[in-house]
Amino acid sequence: MTFLRKILLGDLWQGLKLTFRTQAPKNIYTEQYPAERPKVAERFRGAPRLNINPTNGETLCISCDLCAIVCPEKLIKVTSVRNPETRRKDLVNFTYDLSRCMFCGLCEDACPVDALELTQDFELAGYSREGAIWDRQMLEEGPHPQRFV
Amino acid sequence: MTETLLDANELVLNMGPQHPSTHGVLRVVLKLDGEKVTGTDCIIGYLHRGVEKIGENRTYAMFAPYVDRMDYLAAVSNGLGYCLAVEKLLNVTAPPRAQTVRVILAELNRIASHLFWLGTHALDIGAMTPLFYTLREREEVLKIFENYCGARITTHAFRIGGLYYEVYDGFEAQVLAFCEMFERRVDEYETMLTENRIWVDRLLGVGILTAADCLELGVTGPMIRASGVAWDLRKAQPYSGYEQYDFDIPTRTNGDTYDRYMVRIAEMRQSVRIIRQAAKNIPEGPQMAKVPKVIKPPVGEVYVSVEAPKGELGYFLVSDGTITPYRVRVRPPSFVNLQALDRMARGALIADVVAIIGTIDIVLGEVDR
Ligand code: SF4
Ligand code: SF4
Repeated sequence: MTFLRKILLGDLWQGLKLTFRTQAPKNIYTEQYPAERPKVAERFRGAPRLNINPTNGETLCISCDLCAIVCPEKLIKVTSVRNPETRRKDLVNFTYDLSRCMFCGLCEDACPVDALELTQDFELAGYSREGAIWDRQMLEEGPHPQRFV
Repeated sequence: MTETLLDANELVLNMGPQHPSTHGVLRVVLKLDGEKVTGTDCIIGYLHRGVEKIGENRTYAMFAPYVDRMDYLAAVSNGLGYCLAVEKLLNVTAPPRAQTVRVILAELNRIASHLFWLGTHALDIGAMTPLFYTLREREEVLKIFENYCGARITTHAFRIGGLYYEVYDGFEAQVLAFCEMFERRVDEYETMLTENRIWVDRLLGVGILTAADCLELGVTGPMIRASGVAWDLRKAQPYSGYEQYDFDIPTRTNGDTYDRYMVRIAEMRQSVRIIRQAAKNIPEGPQMAKVPKVIKPPVGEVYVSVEAPKGELGYFLVSDGTITPYRVRVRPPSFVNLQALDRMARGALIADVVAIIGTIDIVLGEVDR
């Protein structure tokens, strides 16, 4: 039996049968990426966003600096001034250097008011290193990737 | 290589660092006598990032994402080992719920790592099709990771003391569905490879490593099990609740490349068995032990090792009582296993070197750190 199998290339036919079975159109697995944008998971850690309060358009960030402290790469810079009337800190600028970020999510976990969030945007390629440093406006609006398809 | 004066028959050939079959940036200097390898010399360090030094400059919690970047094919196992080491230093244990989820993810990661190994190893040997199939199944595992923690490769899934992310709705169902599908898929890989005459001819009797060699060189993981030593840290020193699960340690006796293939295939089946048991009863309860916000372990040192897909992955941490470790040392399995290359390759043919490098299952990110 094994001898016959050997002469008739049984082991190879067996593999070929499997290969051809997988070619049925319903078994195609490839994603057509730029044409079809994949849907990433809800918890995906992608482009950062600085959330704003939807009712009055003010930033949620309380300039507590926790995200900057906790970041292992030290890439977040929060600048704020103390408001003499409310005795609170007002956010002036917030820079986030995406080129060094490893999307570990520690900053997001540390934020006490859920102001900083890593979102589902994953198209972060750019033409320069400077372009990867996002300021407050960019963080609030989110990226605008050019779509070519 | 320095000690020898080359005789006229000897040829020195550089394989790598840019070689598709060295699985990264490994450079092997081969000494050849015709087609026969008479000696090898590995030159490593092309991917050195100083992970251990980075660890000494970061707080304990901050260092956790970096360990994922050593063995990036098994980031979850790396993270698990590190978290266990810090937890031992702090003298806390993760709650049962966290332990169970950790086991599920670590075993899924073992499958993903073995799948990637199988695909690339087969590609090196010349079988192209398995790569597509294994990556297709690995994608399913990565989807589970993505749903769970939001990242696919460098997951940073665990935190010191337990878990940060709750399991999502449908986690168990997705994991069990994967197990269901995956067992059939392992059969398919075996259909393609196990009896395939080219595969058998290329692997059988190539790169033999005896049990004594393994013990002498400190080789661990599937490589030592293929040589007949049933050494698995999940059984030998159970961690994270592995003692509750019923599984076998697959072993083979010849210690050649074919046996290492068979061991890894069998290990994937065993992982499915563990995942099934764990996913069916994830205990309720808290998922984070009481860990202070600022982690400041008492003065002391620990060594904790886990069974990563490639072998024993150990972390040695020395604490001087401050918020950063005094010393971090990682014992990476790939680095130690790579030492066996010389012993396996001596006397082999040059074409077999590719098979031998593949069978060690190295990740250069982990060799160089
Ligand atoms: S994701 Fe990690 S590396 Fe990136 S900014 Fe946040 S803490 Fe820093
Ligand atoms: S942690 Fe949150 S609230 Fe505090 S500075 Fe960062 S983004 Fe703002």
